[in-house]
Amino acid sequence: MAAVTQDTAVSTGRVTRAFIYLVLVLFALFYLLPLYVMGVNSVKPLSEITGGNMMALPQVWTLEPWRQAWSTAQIGVEPTGLRPYFLNSILMVVPAVAISTIVGALNGYVLTKWRFRGDTWVFGLMLFSCFIPFQIVLIPMAVVLGKLGLAGSVAGLVLVHVVYGIGFTTLYFRNYYASFPTELVRAAMIDGAGFFRIFWRILLPVSGPIAVVSVIWQFTNIWNDFLFGVSFGGTSQPMTVALNNLVQSSTGVKEYNVHFAGAILAALPTLIVYIVAGRYFVRGLMAGSVKG
Amino acid sequence: MARSETVDFRTRLQDWLPRLVLAPSFAVTLLFVYGFILFTIVLSFTGSKMLPKFTWVGFENYEKLFALPAWHTAIVNIAVFASLYIVICTLIGLMLAIFLDQKIRGEGMLRPIYLYPMALSFIVTGTAWKWFLDPGIGLQQVMRNMGWESFTFTWIKDADYALYTIVLAAVWQTSGFVMAMFRAGLRGIDNEILKAAQIDGASNWQLYRRIVIPLLRPAFLSAFVILSHLAIKSYDLVVALTGGGPGRATEMPATFMYSYTFTRNQMGIGASSAVIMLMTIAAIMVPYLYAELKEKK
Repeated sequence: MAAVTQDTAVSTGRVTRAFIYLVLVLFALFYLLPLYVMGVNSVKPLSEITGGNMMALPQVWTLEPWRQAWSTAQIGVEPTGLRPYFLNSILMVVPAVAISTIVGALNGYVLTKWRFRGDTWVFGLMLFSCFIPFQIVLIPMAVVLGKLGLAGSVAGLVLVHVVYGIGFTTLYFRNYYASFPTELVRAAMIDGAGFFRIFWRILLPVSGPIAVVSVIWQFTNIWNDFLFGVSFGGTSQPMTVALNNLVQSSTGVKEYNVHFAGAILAALPTLIVYIVAGRYFVRGLMAGSVKG
Repeated sequence: MARSETVDFRTRLQDWLPRLVLAPSFAVTLLFVYGFILFTIVLSFTGSKMLPKFTWVGFENYEKLFALPAWHTAIVNIAVFASLYIVICTLIGLMLAIFLDQKIRGEGMLRPIYLYPMALSFIVTGTAWKWFLDPGIGLQQVMRNMGWESFTFTWIKDADYALYTIVLAAVWQTSGFVMAMFRAGLRGIDNEILKAAQIDGASNWQLYRRIVIPLLRPAFLSAFVILSHLAIKSYDLVVALTGGGPGRATEMPATFMYSYTFTRNQMGIGASSAVIMLMTIAAIMVPYLYAELKEKK
């Protein structure tokens, strides 16, 4: 990305500008629509929704749908609410993000500052693994998790997410460390500093921004994952799978307000991360697509 | 790498340490990515049903796969879905990027609104759109309540149109991201070129058509690669929005693979469909990654 952050030199007439603003605002409304629908319907009684007032503000405000979604809604066969699954997701996300980020940092360090013959190939093979359709690994992964005794456990999901996450974390740290002056590393080497000491004392202190990018990317991806969760979650299903079970459940009355509250609960962690650190989130997205 | 005359154990270890640190990741990648790919390819040539078993059947699974109406539907659906999704996302992304580039007041507020859907799970997106498009309670009912009695919008329940609701939700989720990619591209364009063209009397339309859009080629390429990759992998959104229905109407390769492997106990056929998916993605990604890595050297 070029460092130039300027607007275009193109100038536009008044009518054109009015049209541009109109289009931009309409699209903003389009993007906000589902959020509004979820929010407003999660705090009204079911009867108001089935009465056809989906777009209206609640006549009676209630937090009951939130309470139900969190602690009493029927998920599968148990009326546990989403709480235990939220906990599963946390227990899965925290170690998976921490491990994959640390491993990615070390890999990026080796691939840029301790280069060896064939390192581009090693990196290329790891990078391609970010883009495979995961359907191609589902069957053997199920077999291996079964053999390891990790099928249906949070530990199994952590393993899966670390394995298929290190490609991206390595990419981030590699691209970031590539622009760090190698002379500084050389100088430290001559002074007798070893591999880990250089990493700890020289590279790590400047790694803050890319570590944030990596943590946010991994957090968002792993929290939002559905395919691995539904395939290997077993009794330790993550939040996304539980939400889907809640919404798709074919027994009883469809409690749309509870579904919406549940959807917001599932979206909240990543949404908060986005609001707090959106800049880093976007940077991670871009680094995963265009050259960083 | 520096080598002293007396190579004692310590320095030898220092020499090998970097490779030792990288080795576990590389080994894990070789095993869990490439080993697994090989395993699935082998399975696709066996008669595996509920569990993997290694009775060689040649290309039988592939022949069966391409004779299945469900796979045929999945292929047609992914082709329609991917083309519409990529084209619409690119057009909306490009338009929003160009518009935001016009010294817009409030850009700082608009951009995060365009981009936040990217932070959500497809299951959340699917849930929100599923009920909003539901004829019983959603848009249709709202319009009728407002007095437009004959308003009808039943796409999500209609086998001929359900696929387009998936396009709608997917575009909603990722078009803001495409906008950000084009916006970055636009910022890299030298304003002097634009000024020179303006002096030569070019209109805004010509300016964008002849100069700006051609200069955005790299952004178009990245957008195409990322979007096609997302499209082929799309699984969660279909599951949450339509569940592959009504009937089989929105079956995709990803949902097909899952149901044939895990619920219909046709593992051999499931594996062969996964191989086809991988080959499609590899045909797009490998040249792209190769070019990117080469350029960087």
